[in-house]
Amino acid sequence: MPIDISELETHRRALFKFAMLQLRDETHAEDVVQETLVAAIQGAERFAGGSSARTWLVGILKHKISDHFRKASREQPMSLSGDESSLEDFDVLFKDDGHFVDEPRVWSDPEDALTQSKFFEVLERCLEMLPKNTARVFTMREVMGIDTDEICKELSITATNCWVLLYRARMNLRSCLQQRWFGPAATPR
Amino acid sequence: MNLTCKEASRLMSSGLDKELSPAERTSLRLHLAICEACKRLEEQFRFLRRASSAYSGRDPDR
Repeated sequence: MPIDISELETHRRALFKFAMLQLRDETHAEDVVQETLVAAIQGAERFAGGSSARTWLVGILKHKISDHFRKASREQPMSLSGDESSLEDFDVLFKDDGHFVDEPRVWSDPEDALTQSKFFEVLERCLEMLPKNTARVFTMREVMGIDTDEICKELSITATNCWVLLYRARMNLRSCLQQRWFGPAATPR
Repeated sequence: MNLTCKEASRLMSSGLDKELSPAERTSLRLHLAICEACKRLEEQFRFLRRASSAYSGRDPDR
């Protein structure tokens, strides 16, 4: 079944949010979303209907964001601040013998969180609090599902940098979710 | 080789992005067999993946 063009507009806000998480710039985010919707209208008959319209649109957005990064990295390569590309600040999470200072706690019913829209608001806050490049790489990897090799290539960063940023993102996000959603202790929300 | 939790946490993260070497996989498996904290961390990393992909499919207004 071909996609209903009038339906495309209803996805604009969601696409804008994904683009913002990666680009952190409203004008650029609006541009890539606009390009995505235009490409979707032009290619509407190619929509197979097998997947959801959202999945299809996110797929197009992914390419538009990649194009944006490719252009941007030609003009100005991604600069990693020393803080973001080093793991030194994680040393405080571990004792000298490599054990956790504060062990990850049991999260009660994480699957239930996935059914609650409040949980996704918290996840979004946590993503927004990540340093810029960390959020960008994590969103490309986990929200958009892009391969690490492709991410490195597009952002012109080394595999090691990429790996450090993903580790940083995961460690920060799990601690953010523990604090803001799953509770420092088993406290009722 | 015995891993520390710090080393295990790094391997767990990179294991989500690339295939670990057989030696890395073995030492991680051995560590996870005896370390509850790292087992929880691994589950939480995997949960982050599910949550992020669910996030990309949902409508932010709902």
